[in-house]
Amino acid sequence: MKEKILNCLKLFIVFLKIGAFSFGGGYAMIGIIQNEIVEKRKWIRQSEFFEVVVIAESTPGPISVNVATYVGYKVAGILGSSLATIGLVLPSFVIIFIISLFYDDFIKNEYVMKAFSGIKCGIMVLLLTTVIKLAKKMERGLYFYLAFPIALIIMILFSIFLSDFSWISLILIIIGLIFGIINTALSNKKVKKV
Amino acid sequence: MIFLELFGVFFLIGLFTFGGGYAMIPLIESQVVSRGWISTDALYDFIAVSEVTPGPFAINIATFIGSSQQGFLGALCATLGVVLPSFIVILLLATILRKFSKSKYLSGAIDGVKPIIISLISSTVIMLMVKTFFFGGSSLQSPFVIDRTTIALFLIIFGFVLIYKKVFKKDFNTIGMLIISAIFGLIVF
Repeated sequence: MKEKILNCLKLFIVFLKIGAFSFGGGYAMIGIIQNEIVEKRKWIRQSEFFEVVVIAESTPGPISVNVATYVGYKVAGILGSSLATIGLVLPSFVIIFIISLFYDDFIKNEYVMKAFSGIKCGIMVLLLTTVIKLAKKMERGLYFYLAFPIALIIMILFSIFLSDFSWISLILIIIGLIFGIINTALSNKKVKKV
Repeated sequence: MIFLELFGVFFLIGLFTFGGGYAMIPLIESQVVSRGWISTDALYDFIAVSEVTPGPFAINIATFIGSSQQGFLGALCATLGVVLPSFIVILLLATILRKFSKSKYLSGAIDGVKPIIISLISSTVIMLMVKTFFFGGSSLQSPFVIDRTTIALFLIIFGFVLIYKKVFKKDFNTIGMLIISAIFGLIVF
């Protein structure tokens, strides 16, 4: 029981940190969450993390909220998922609420904007290193070397030429799921023959 | 009842946007702009603010609209509304999926998606960099300008992190790195 409460508290603090330091939206946040949850705390395994991302992407709502709820549930049940979600949302809520009170001054303050521009550079470095790490750790067979570049090119083309391309990522994920299932079915058959 | 309306509108927005983030802008335009809660121009100004403040766009816009309409309580209602659908759907799914967690097909399907997920994250990072370095950060429709200061600062931080890792065999503290970035930002921009 004591351990569970401690875990919940840790979930809250870790997602508070994620909420406070993630810029750049959905997938960018996933990089940071992967860094904190899988690598540093080892709360869930790398393979489970992919499962979490697939679910977060194919359900409604902001991806990072979905990830927080799901990871929280996996680590410490419903209480864990509540605390993780509240932790994630709280920094945005507090920061934007304060900003909204002084909105006109805020958007004109050059020091705030300068500091934020600097932070943005740091965030991009963080994201880039996380993606590289993620790709390095994966098993890279023929499927990876085909699927990764094709999906990447499709995503980039769509984000250049279409303003609303959110559905394309969902389609790519569904195609990936189908490939995965077919592959499992085929290798099952092979095992049976032997 | 305005509080209920704020909650309801953002509940719908949370329920019907997949992929989150800017995918919800069309819905926000049709639901929020049409109610006169924000003008289209102010919405796009706020997107820029949201870029430089942390957290998911959905939460930021819900808190902002709620607060500008009805203060703290309004912000609370709108934010709760936008988060709740995700929270409920994910909890339901998580309890169902727990029963299938040993399934070979589930883990096979996940294996099939892994390279796709990495490409989704990579494309976001690449687009973020392209927009920030060459289009003033907002969108590809903005005029093309090479932002030398930003590129230089990015390369300096990137180089520093790589060298730190080579020398000390561990990652540089994330928050420390971001604080240093903010200080650099104040100096160079």
